[in-house]
Amino acid sequence: MERQVILNSKHFELTINRLCYQLIENHNDFSETVLIGLQPRGINVVTRLKERLEEILQKEVVCGNLDITFYRDDFRRRETPLIPSATNIDFVIENKKVVLIDDVLYTGRTIRAGLDALLAFGRPKKVELLTMIDRRFKRDLPISADYVGKTVDTLISERVSVEWDELEGEDKVVLFTPDANG
Amino acid sequence: MDSLSVDHLIGIKDLTTNDIELIFKTADAFKQVINRPIKKVPSLRDITIANLFFENSTRTRLSFELAEKRLSADTVNFSAASSSVKKGETLIDTVNNILSMKVDMVVMRHPNPGAAKFLSERINATVINAGDGTHEHPTQALLDAYSIRERLGEVKGKKVVIVGDILHSRVALSNIFCLQKLGAEVMVCGPTTLVPRYIHELGVKVEHNLQRALEWCDVANMLRIQLERQEIKYFPSLREYSMQYGLNKEILDNLSKEIVVMHPGPINRGVEITSDVADSVQSIILPQVENGVAIRMAAIYLLASKIKRE
Repeated sequence: MERQVILNSKHFELTINRLCYQLIENHNDFSETVLIGLQPRGINVVTRLKERLEEILQKEVVCGNLDITFYRDDFRRRETPLIPSATNIDFVIENKKVVLIDDVLYTGRTIRAGLDALLAFGRPKKVELLTMIDRRFKRDLPISADYVGKTVDTLISERVSVEWDELEGEDKVVLFTPDANG
Repeated sequence: MDSLSVDHLIGIKDLTTNDIELIFKTADAFKQVINRPIKKVPSLRDITIANLFFENSTRTRLSFELAEKRLSADTVNFSAASSSVKKGETLIDTVNNILSMKVDMVVMRHPNPGAAKFLSERINATVINAGDGTHEHPTQALLDAYSIRERLGEVKGKKVVIVGDILHSRVALSNIFCLQKLGAEVMVCGPTTLVPRYIHELGVKVEHNLQRALEWCDVANMLRIQLERQEIKYFPSLREYSMQYGLNKEILDNLSKEIVVMHPGPINRGVEITSDVADSVQSIILPQVENGVAIRMAAIYLLASKIKRE
């Protein structure tokens, strides 16, 4: 497996910054907006954005996380059951603008499930999608992101991983490519 | 990731401690779901479940049915009172006929011990035992232990006394297995006639004095006297049973510590437990019912994930 860093820690920070300012452009002071991260890895993106946004805005930004396990379409097509993580949405999303957040957008199936899961909490005024990495050309469903950290063109055999300082020791995005012989 | 070690839920005896913990963990997530504005998830859209009740039930049947519906499964219900069983059809024939209608899972309550195991060995569907005679009632034991864990933080190291008709109780047997697997100490308490002679071989303490049992325990699970299963008299009168083994507010208030009171239902108010105890803050009878739905959703969800389509 060949490893290639496609976003180093410096660019990573710049990207997070840019995403924050893009969000502020559309959502002003966030009084009508909530950020919802998709379990498990979208949570890290939310945590980082929240930190930076609160620094810039000097006010609290409402955030939650959403587990989509029970809404997935590949239940029982896997070998082992899908074990859920926690959902933590202790605010009303009725008539709010919701920004769904995940680390990698690939087939779009996770986001489809996320939209379904979100509806169990009410009817948001608007839903937008933010993703750190957009693996374009590999979508199974008609879904696109409103805010993108970085767009990458990848093969199905490749894997993209967003790594975090608090989990893996460094902020970076890595592209894994299988060796030519295997 | 984990999955259950069994394909059917016949009894707690067959489960590993890991299985029980996996069910609890999954139930935590479902408990969140059933407290949302929309209490339904689409996970089991393509699963059909038959609820076969060859014996009366209110709570368990409703609880299973709600659990199934909140997982978006299709359900069919059957109760023996209004069926062809009365015309002489055998269990296997009844069930095979229902399975011909393409059912993936069977939830069954039956008056004969071993009926669920018998069925699971002979049909091509997942079987969940909702009580087989005096043998086991696994989902009840799971929800009881889950409720103890919710109230006291953990089950391990807790002392639980099961009071009443141990002899006829499937709840008692399943509870003993479940609590022991989770590391709790178990005692049974009741009149000599209603405590099986060799029950101590399961590693439980036996006590015939309610006061002493209550002083020992952290949790008291009060069972109902199952008059429908008693062909002979096991005690002189309900009044006498109630005087010796009934839990009332006075006994509870005179204990040196505050204990948790449970009851699997249906309650015979004034027999095994008085109204003021059943409705007190120490009682977790209604939380038990709420947890029942979450536990059953978890068990059905985890078992359904093992059903493979060709």
